[in-house]
Amino acid sequence: MTERTEHLKEDSAGQAAPPIRKMSSEGQQTGRAYYGQLRRNIIITMITVSFTPMLLVIAILLFQFSTSYHEKTYAHLEEMVQKHKQNIDTFLSEKLANIRFLVASTNIETLTDKSFLQAKLQQLQEEYGDVFVDMGVVDETGKQLSYAGPYELHNVRYLEADWFKRAINRDFFISDVFMGLRGSPHFIITVRRQYEPSVFILRATIDFRAFNTLVENLRVGETGHAFILNKEGRFQTRPAVEEARWQNSYDYFVDRMEDSKRSVEIIERPDGSGAEHLYAIAELKGGDWLLIFKQETGDAFEDISRVFRISGIIFLLGGSGIVMTVIALTRRMVRRIMKADKEKEKLNQQMIEAGKLASVGELAAGIAHEINNPVAIMVEEAGWIEDLLEEEEFAESENLSEFQRALRQIGTQGRRCKEITHKLLSFARKTDTTVKDVQLNDLIREIVDLSAQMARYNKVTITTEFQPDLPYVTLSPAEMQQVMLNLINNAIDAMGNSGGTIHIATKLSRLEKDHIVITVEDNGPGIPESNLSRIFDPFFTTKPVGKGTGLGLSICYGIVQKNGGNIDVHSTVGKGTRFRVWIPFQKPGNPGKQKYKPTRSQT
Amino acid sequence: MSDAANDTPDRLRVLLVDDEVGYVNVLANRLEKRGMDVARATSGTAALQTVRNREFDVVVLDLKMEDMDGIEVLRIFKQMDASMEVIMLTGHGSQAAAREGLACGAFDYLTKPCDLDELLEKIRQASAHRKNRK
Repeated sequence: MTERTEHLKEDSAGQAAPPIRKMSSEGQQTGRAYYGQLRRNIIITMITVSFTPMLLVIAILLFQFSTSYHEKTYAHLEEMVQKHKQNIDTFLSEKLANIRFLVASTNIETLTDKSFLQAKLQQLQEEYGDVFVDMGVVDETGKQLSYAGPYELHNVRYLEADWFKRAINRDFFISDVFMGLRGSPHFIITVRRQYEPSVFILRATIDFRAFNTLVENLRVGETGHAFILNKEGRFQTRPAVEEARWQNSYDYFVDRMEDSKRSVEIIERPDGSGAEHLYAIAELKGGDWLLIFKQETGDAFEDISRVFRISGIIFLLGGSGIVMTVIALTRRMVRRIMKADKEKEKLNQQMIEAGKLASVGELAAGIAHEINNPVAIMVEEAGWIEDLLEEEEFAESENLSEFQRALRQIGTQGRRCKEITHKLLSFARKTDTTVKDVQLNDLIREIVDLSAQMARYNKVTITTEFQPDLPYVTLSPAEMQQVMLNLINNAIDAMGNSGGTIHIATKLSRLEKDHIVITVEDNGPGIPESNLSRIFDPFFTTKPVGKGTGLGLSICYGIVQKNGGNIDVHSTVGKGTRFRVWIPFQKPGNPGKQKYKPTRSQT
Repeated sequence: MSDAANDTPDRLRVLLVDDEVGYVNVLANRLEKRGMDVARATSGTAALQTVRNREFDVVVLDLKMEDMDGIEVLRIFKQMDASMEVIMLTGHGSQAAAREGLACGAFDYLTKPCDLDELLEKIRQASAHRKNRK
């Protein structure tokens, strides 16, 4: 039993799609291209639709984040630079205040006293560490009257010194960093005092290193550092080595700050090396110096680039997830569409087949009607001659029996014509199509009984195997009888004189839900593969000319299709042929129509 | 086939109506040979004409004729003489027309080409039926 079932399944797979087999290879090619394009279109559309909002959201979020982060960074920088500017300004003004106090509180005689100056320097150094390097008193001729400090600078004349020229005209002055006579970078604070009749300047040297640390301490991130420039664009603090090389590029900031009204200006521009940098600039010393904070943009906005990186990774992962899902879904969808299209194609083929049958039927009916009359006349004329031959004058004719045989033959052949035309007309006419609820087992049993005589005559045994209690099917019993009769007659004819066995079985179909499958199987010679595909075509017959109309199976096919069922054939040459007919049954609970009761005596 | 024969009371009087002249002729010959009095009409109008002049036991009427529909002819026959028995000849597959004819009072129907013995049997039955009714 299981073996048999497997056999059935395999067959159904092989036989399922005869109409599709007709599709040319060219058609399959264009079909494949069509589905390829369909798949591409769906994939592109789905990806666009899912990516566009994702990209928009990510872009907006990143833009917002980046903007607010920029603002935050700018504010932070501004505050920091502002604070340092104040620190430096405080440092400078504090040192200036010390010197001014000293000058104001002391007369010139005391100031020129070297030991006093020494004492004062020591006092300041104790207070501020090594910030003050030395002090000196210079008269209006530039001559240093008195000096306290580590260098030998007594009686040095500063008349030509740049700082002196400027200091002598002001009450106080803070110089740029310069090398001076001592050969190391430093800057000085001077305070001028009038002692009639001449003018004196007290100058104090500020240690460059102590001042430098004020700026060097300003470090942010990996690259953020600060330095101070004077108005000529010269460094007032010790710059990083590479910074010195791009000295000239800083003129820009000097110009920029002269125009600016803000206390801290923030600029983004490339430095000498070409890398984008963030600059925060503040004026020092009343605009003489610029405090410049410089940081690589990438370093300053490290967080933003990290967020960009993370978003990028999420986007890539999510995106590839979406792409893979889309591709997988589309594949499945297109496969479904393909399957649906194939089914539609199959259905169309069946429709065409049915249409063909119908038109052939109409044509055949027309011809049959026309042929009936001449045939009737021929048969009757033959009969008339037979009648006349019975008269006495012909009784002695030696050929009388031969005449009679010939006339009987005409009669027989005439009846055959009638049979053929009647079959044609059955094919086309509206038979009794009143549908009833039919128990297929009863109907088939009745047909088997009818065929038994003919089967015995052809040495054919008919065996049946009915699954009991099959559900009722709703169809025209007359039509179904015709289907079964045609199948059985075909099987009997196929086996010829050698005889054989026909096995007829009914059961609930496992392949088709809610269908009963009827199997009519013979062990005759089988049907060659080349004929199988045409077996349901009208007028296709393998029987000798005059033996078959080629309509039996077409009629079966038409009736089964009309009743929502299906018919297929499987044959192995030398082993036999099996026809299967699937008939749908209504679900239980459907109110039954008029019940069909077979009558055994029906002819 | 002589006039004397026509007068014999037990000869069945039959009218054959069919627009196929060849069929009407050969069938009439064969029926006459079997002792019937047969008149021929090859159109509906000719049949009506004949029926007005003579009385028949049985009419054999082809339902498919060119000038008139057989059913129409049948109706007129039945109006003229309700006791007239009509056997219809139909093509195979025109059972609907045959049923309609039966509803209009035809005795029975046969499909063409029909067996002569069958036709004879039907004619005798129809004639017996007519006599019983009278």
